[in-house]
Amino acid sequence: MTVKYTEDHEWARVEGGEATVGISPYAAEQLGDVVYVELPEVGKTFKAGDEAATVESVKAASEVYAPVSGEIIAVNDALEGNPALVNESADGDGWFFKIKLADEGELAKLMNEAAYKDFVAGLE
Amino acid sequence: MNRQGRPTSAGAPSPSAAPETFSGNKGLEQDEPLLFEIGRDGICGVDLPAPDKGIVSRLGGLERDGAIGLPGVSEPEVVRHFVRLSQKNYAIDLGVYPLGSCTMKHNPRLNEKMARLPGFGDIHPLQPVSTVQGALELMEELAHWLTTITSMPGVALSPKAGAHGELCGLIAIRAALEAKGDKRSRVLVPESAHGTNPATAAAIGYEVDEIPATADGRVDLAAYREKLGPDVAAIMLTNPNTCGLFERDIIEIAEATHDAGGYFYCDGANLNAIMGRVRPGDLGVDAMHINLHKTFSTPHGGGGPGAGPVVLSEALAPFAPLPFVRRAGDGFELVEDESQTKGENPFGRLVAFHGQMGMFVRALSYMMSHGGDGLRQAAEDAVLNANYILASLKDVMSASFEGPCMHEALFDDKFLDGTGVTTLDFAKAMIDEGYHPMTMYFPLVVHGAMLIEPTESESKESLDRFIRTMRGLTEQAKAGDKTRFEGAPYFAPRARLDETGAARKPVLRYTQPQQPAEAAE
Repeated sequence: MTVKYTEDHEWARVEGGEATVGISPYAAEQLGDVVYVELPEVGKTFKAGDEAATVESVKAASEVYAPVSGEIIAVNDALEGNPALVNESADGDGWFFKIKLADEGELAKLMNEAAYKDFVAGLE
Repeated sequence: MNRQGRPTSAGAPSPSAAPETFSGNKGLEQDEPLLFEIGRDGICGVDLPAPDKGIVSRLGGLERDGAIGLPGVSEPEVVRHFVRLSQKNYAIDLGVYPLGSCTMKHNPRLNEKMARLPGFGDIHPLQPVSTVQGALELMEELAHWLTTITSMPGVALSPKAGAHGELCGLIAIRAALEAKGDKRSRVLVPESAHGTNPATAAAIGYEVDEIPATADGRVDLAAYREKLGPDVAAIMLTNPNTCGLFERDIIEIAEATHDAGGYFYCDGANLNAIMGRVRPGDLGVDAMHINLHKTFSTPHGGGGPGAGPVVLSEALAPFAPLPFVRRAGDGFELVEDESQTKGENPFGRLVAFHGQMGMFVRALSYMMSHGGDGLRQAAEDAVLNANYILASLKDVMSASFEGPCMHEALFDDKFLDGTGVTTLDFAKAMIDEGYHPMTMYFPLVVHGAMLIEPTESESKESLDRFIRTMRGLTEQAKAGDKTRFEGAPYFAPRARLDETGAARKPVLRYTQPQQPAEAAE
């Protein structure tokens, strides 16, 4: 199992050809209290970098991009009733969707945890 | 003590010594229940006759059979309720209202007097045109001022607000493209744009593409040229932009847009900064809305409807919507449908009637009482005031961009780093100081943005008081005193509201409590 990060602050936890996707705790903190999450339809396919979901906080609405290409195989329905999960557990129960990887080679373009930490440190 | 030696505090007992009141009110500060909590079933402020016995229902079984659930209140109860609520409200008539991007300037009383003249105030849109010649002449005169100020030949007066004007402008652009048989799909919008720009483009079916900003807060011209193509219908650009900066490359942007066959929509929300100094028509703008409720001092922010006339270039003017006023002999006529057009090609009708007549009167009153030189002075003073604020605060707060700025000063939250105080906390503390907060967290290109637009209405003394307050708050935050911020506002009728709760679990409908409390009388 590996966790990869994008420059748009999504994470992807990869296990057996599938990736669970969410936003990083840093992104959740920047957004402030999340009040609404719009999730994609299961079965939809995205290319890496496509807008896949929307997250709305008291401050702003932001897009969540698909970190890798593939088909949506599950979404986190719990976010609909309880968007606060994104703030409480951005890298755990606050995941957004699971995507079936179309091309594992794309993972090489993403950052690992150490590189992402450096990236965030550079932003502050 | 003030300068006359009078004590400036009323000598009121300190809050701890003040008694709890039995009513829950504090003198003039009245605790106000909901209208539903005031009323009682069966009370009505109007005395309506009972319907005749012989009436036969034609509703076919669709009659309402339960209570309608309206609050039962008398006229004095309604009047008191809304007057009390209005007393809790902040308004431009109460103090500095530095809400960036909104141009909360003074609304001159002369405007109100003019708008109440019976020939303007008591007419109806369906009245015969021969009986409202004066009103039509006023619209024609307003159109003349707007086209002269902007150096644009055409104008559509009917849009009812800024975003409505954007819609009007983009539909005119689409109509002009379609008339040439040119189908285009993309609209380019800078990332610092007002949210209404991409929303308008998306609402009429265009794909929105973002143009990145440069490090100095302006449109990246090179990136813009790269994004331009034969599928680009328009660029939507605000100038001065939402960072309070003049887009220096605006002429190059207009030329590049036109070379690519697209149109240039300018968001005129910030016209107050350049009125009388820069004519958008000279810059190559094809369409621009003008917020009469910002630049031309008609009431807004709860005080009145908006009005967003759109000025149009020669290429777009023929597509202006119906209805419009036209000179006819000694008088004026209203072109209401396409059979009356003479060479124009209106895209249709945007609203039922002619637009916000009351705002037309107020705006023209403002223009004529200021004159061309006065309007120019207003713009210059607005820019001067904003720069005074920027210069007086940038040593303690963090200015996002090096000045000079236009009519608004933009700060970010770097100066609050490590204090534990956020932009939101800072804004709430301003409420305790008796100020309406500035615009916050917008524009999005700046972290924790604070956008301050003082307008030309403030005197130097008023700005100095505001600056002293902002400096005081900044020093407190940096000194590590968080209490004044975290719990703010302390002195508002309600403490800090739970915005998250309101968004996550909104209560959208009043429900009667199980055992209604005895109404306080």
